Amino acid sequence: MEPTWRPAAGSSASLIHELSLTMYVGCTVIFLLVMALLLYAVFSRPRPVRARLWLAVGGLAFPVTVLVALLGYSVAVGNTLNNFQGQGVLRFLLDCVSDASRALGLSTTDAAAIRVEVKARQWWWEVRYRIGAEEFELANELRLPAGRAVELELVTEDVIHSFWVPSLAGKVDMIPGHRNRLVLKADEPGVHGGVCAEYCGGQHALMGLVVVVETEDGFQRWRERQARDAAAPGDDFLAQGRSAFMRGGCGDCHAVRGTEARGDLGPDLTHVGSRHSLAAGVLTNHVGTMAGWIAGGQALKPGNAMPDARDYDGQELRAVAAWLESLR
Amino acid sequence: MSFAERKDAPLPNSLPRPPGEFEQLAEVWKPPRGWRIFSAVNNTYVGLMYIGAALLFLVLGGVLALMMRAQLAVPDNDFVDYDTYNQLFTMHGSVMMFLFAVPVVEAIGILLLPAMLGARDLPFPRLSAYAFWAYAIGGLLFFGTIFFDVAPDGGWFMYPPLTGTEYSPGIRTDFWLLGIGFIEISAIAGAIEIVVGILRTRPPGMTLGRMPIYVWAMLVIGGMIIFAFPPVIAATALLELERAFDWPFFVSAREGDPVLWQHLFWLFGHPDVYIIFLPGAGLVSMMVATLAQRELVGYRWVVASLIATGTVSFLLWAHHMFSVGMSPASTLFFSVASLFVAIPAAVQVFAWIATFASGTVRRTASTWFLLGFFGIFVLGGLTGVMLAAVPFNWQAHDTYFVVAHLHYVLIGGMVFPVFAAIYHWAPVVSGRQLSERAGKWGCALMFIGVHLTFFPMHIAGMAGMPRRVWTYSESAGWDVWNLLSTAGAMVVAAGVLVVLVDLILHLRPADKVDTNPWNAGTLEWLPLDSYAARSIPRVEGRYPLWERPALREEVDSGQHYLPGSVTGMRETMVTSAIEARPEYLLRLPGPSWLPLLAGLGTAVFFFALTVKFMWVALAGAALAVVAILRWLWEGDPRPGGKLHAVGGGVELPDYMSGARSHGWWGVVVLLLVNGSIFASFLYSRFYLAYMADAWPPPGVGIEGGWFDAVSGAATIISIVLACIASSLLKKGLLKKGLQRKGRAGWFAAATVLGMVTLSLAFAVQCHAARGADPTLHAFAATAWALLCWQGVNVILSALMATYTLARLATGKLDAVRRATFDSTWLVWLYTALQGLVMLGVS
Repeated sequence: MEPTWRPAAGSSASLIHELSLTMYVGCTVIFLLVMALLLYAVFSRPRPVRARLWLAVGGLAFPVTVLVALLGYSVAVGNTLNNFQGQGVLRFLLDCVSDASRALGLSTTDAAAIRVEVKARQWWWEVRYRIGAEEFELANELRLPAGRAVELELVTEDVIHSFWVPSLAGKVDMIPGHRNRLVLKADEPGVHGGVCAEYCGGQHALMGLVVVVETEDGFQRWRERQARDAAAPGDDFLAQGRSAFMRGGCGDCHAVRGTEARGDLGPDLTHVGSRHSLAAGVLTNHVGTMAGWIAGGQALKPGNAMPDARDYDGQELRAVAAWLESLR
Repeated sequence: MSFAERKDAPLPNSLPRPPGEFEQLAEVWKPPRGWRIFSAVNNTYVGLMYIGAALLFLVLGGVLALMMRAQLAVPDNDFVDYDTYNQLFTMHGSVMMFLFAVPVVEAIGILLLPAMLGARDLPFPRLSAYAFWAYAIGGLLFFGTIFFDVAPDGGWFMYPPLTGTEYSPGIRTDFWLLGIGFIEISAIAGAIEIVVGILRTRPPGMTLGRMPIYVWAMLVIGGMIIFAFPPVIAATALLELERAFDWPFFVSAREGDPVLWQHLFWLFGHPDVYIIFLPGAGLVSMMVATLAQRELVGYRWVVASLIATGTVSFLLWAHHMFSVGMSPASTLFFSVASLFVAIPAAVQVFAWIATFASGTVRRTASTWFLLGFFGIFVLGGLTGVMLAAVPFNWQAHDTYFVVAHLHYVLIGGMVFPVFAAIYHWAPVVSGRQLSERAGKWGCALMFIGVHLTFFPMHIAGMAGMPRRVWTYSESAGWDVWNLLSTAGAMVVAAGVLVVLVDLILHLRPADKVDTNPWNAGTLEWLPLDSYAARSIPRVEGRYPLWERPALREEVDSGQHYLPGSVTGMRETMVTSAIEARPEYLLRLPGPSWLPLLAGLGTAVFFFALTVKFMWVALAGAALAVVAILRWLWEGDPRPGGKLHAVGGGVELPDYMSGARSHGWWGVVVLLLVNGSIFASFLYSRFYLAYMADAWPPPGVGIEGGWFDAVSGAATIISIVLACIASSLLKKGLLKKGLQRKGRAGWFAAATVLGMVTLSLAFAVQCHAARGADPTLHAFAATAWALLCWQGVNVILSALMATYTLARLATGKLDAVRRATFDSTWLVWLYTALQGLVMLGVS
């Protein structure tokens, strides 16, 4: 899934999009006017010019008017977004109100609040959900319930990255030692592509992610599944895949909850079969690409942290891929 | 100083000129021939070589761009691999910004400014030559890294931690840090030359208010370089210290902060954009007036715009950082500043259009390039306004939209004006025009190519294409836009090639040039020879050649000031900074190999250091130091002791010391750079302290109390000694001849003791910080960075003091001939004051 400029309804990107359209039109008009004036000045017969008038009107009054208007509009949009992002005046007032109502015993903390921490790594995204007491981890994919604003905490421990899903919101950098926040919201279900926008080394180009907006019911079903441990293999072939996975040392870097695999260098694979893509957007996810990725990841995404698994024979490789794909 | 400035006043000198005067002038200024041309230090030769080298880097940087465009032409391409691509875009940005844009701007200044100012040369010819050689040799070595797969790959703004040792082991990043290091040195050397040249070598009567707009632009950017380059010098020093010695300035785990780098880098990087653009704007102002055959409309408005842009450009660096998570208040501040910097640009655009409207515009190749400039730059300016609207910026930042914007602004604002200038001013160099036909073809190809390359990038960017990606997949839908861009890039290349071929075929630098094909009004169109104009004109307005049609003839026949060489050496007239009243004659050095050797030594030093060939590095440093000392030794010539008549009853001394001398001004500019570097280190310390959780960390500390008191007292004693030494030298004036009167011993003692106390004060400060291990915490690291900078200045002071004493011992320093001591004195006092400031902050 690739990023797109078409903003999702109800997202902060849609607000920015209106500002953008206004500016595209305004800038085109101003550009054409200035060019027309220039060509007229060059090709017309000479005439005495009133310097003060030209400079005061064209150089000062006109740009000042346009810029003040644009500043007003841009600040208004920015302020709405800040409120949306929980950083503006409104958020402050809301916090005061909710503190007061909590003090009066009128409300409790929202047990269903969705907290998501996204940690960018070279070159993939580690995603950790906390919903009430429930906590689970996945990679390169987020899911949101339609119509609900979800706050992301954006962090990194290696280099600087930037989280950008163009159809949902503007980008926010992830910087070691800093914890930035971003609120995502979309009114309709859909799939949105994202990328890392800040150059982060070798495979910066191959660091995509997917944000899936689901209906409330769909989201609840998904999170219940994600919160569970991995299911036991349903047949011998899958069991063979699982044991090959463990024997191959994959668990040193990857975790599969409910098994002895507890590594934390690579993505959590507990429900890897349910994800849209592999290797942060490099491959669509199915058993064939999974096998290919395990055996030849270095050719597909050179320099990534996972070594090619050279020890598996064809049978084992198919089994490992099948087992992983069965984790849904 | 008798200096009449009346239009009807008689000319300064009368005809006929005495026999032999002209021959002597020509002999003194005779340029070296054959391969010795590389020992030339005259601004014309250095300027031309400088422009040639910059254009070479334009071509080299352009080839890198074509390789990138080839890779991105189609999705999932494998023309180059990711590792090569990452080196390509890093080198393309670094080469274009540091080896083409800033150098070409300074080079054109070095070539044109003296002619525009009616001066024979810039005040420090060997400094220009040194700046050129360090840049040319070092730049080629730096570029060469791409052939050995060791070119930097962190992007041209090199954000840590990606560029720290953990994520960029090896020497690629070091090549960038040290490579940029000596380019910074040469940029600053150029700025000193330009600022002092503009302020002190103008022709009599050219008050500030009569300076050509281009000269104003160069004065403004000279000032900007002085304050804008120090933050990046400090930043590169900090990152190199972090990489070499593990001092954690940008490591968050030890209370450093990666964002500090971004502040320092853009504190340089944004003014840098205007350092590149304003000279282009200045050239446009000159050409527009000439092509319309009318005075520029709104001279004062345009000057005010240049100054306003230069000032405001220091207040909007963080608009490169809107997505790092700044507070709404700072976001608003930087957004407002970024929007309103468009106003001075609008003032200039309307001044140019109004000037065009006021006259009949001649349609030359330069006119074509100027129209192209408008058609590209205005669009880039408008997308710049869009990017200043913060919500839009959150979407467009770090995408191809920004790539499009910056290329529109830089190509429109600098490349097109420079190419227009090449066609406009080529006759000043070669006495004849380039091919107008080739110019128009080149312009048409470049104009179409630039729009074809960069306009689609706006769309690709808004469709989600981030910058610095080495590949993209077909499903992204960016393929059409990228294919168009690649096609456009080849058209641009063809246009540039046409112009370069025209230059190679038709530009033959001539000694004697007497032409004014566009009927321009400013002094660079006087008849010129290797000595520049025969005599230095008396200026009565902004367009002297229009206001006084006989001026070319008068100047060339030697009827204005200084028609010969009165001291028998190369010389130019130094005038006062504001009113341009004649003050003294500056005797200039002739051709020498020393600047080339010093430049070579500097470049070798930095590169050998990078690859850790320590002995080679030491040899390079020794070569540079010896060559520089040797050339300084020939400077500060013996005062003639009498006044020289230069015409119009004006009699000038041939020597000056103290605050009116050009050397003093040069050192003051250098100390402003020095102080700005110090301020950048201080800023780093305060910024990290503000951001840190624990500052200072428990158990790490710097002792104050007695240490501060001792260090402060020693520093104050050193300052007192500096004043005593100065006054001992001055008192020698009455007795004539310092060393014979027995004061030399006292003077030497005061100087030596002054250096001892200065070093002692520094040693005590270091001792007080002995408990703070700089690898443990940013608190200690920043303290030691400041100490290192103070150490550099103490060593510099001591070297200069030793040099001064050597001059004294050889009889080259006395009460009159004291410029060497003045320079030492300034550096000495500066170092002492910096030491006192450090007591206050540690």
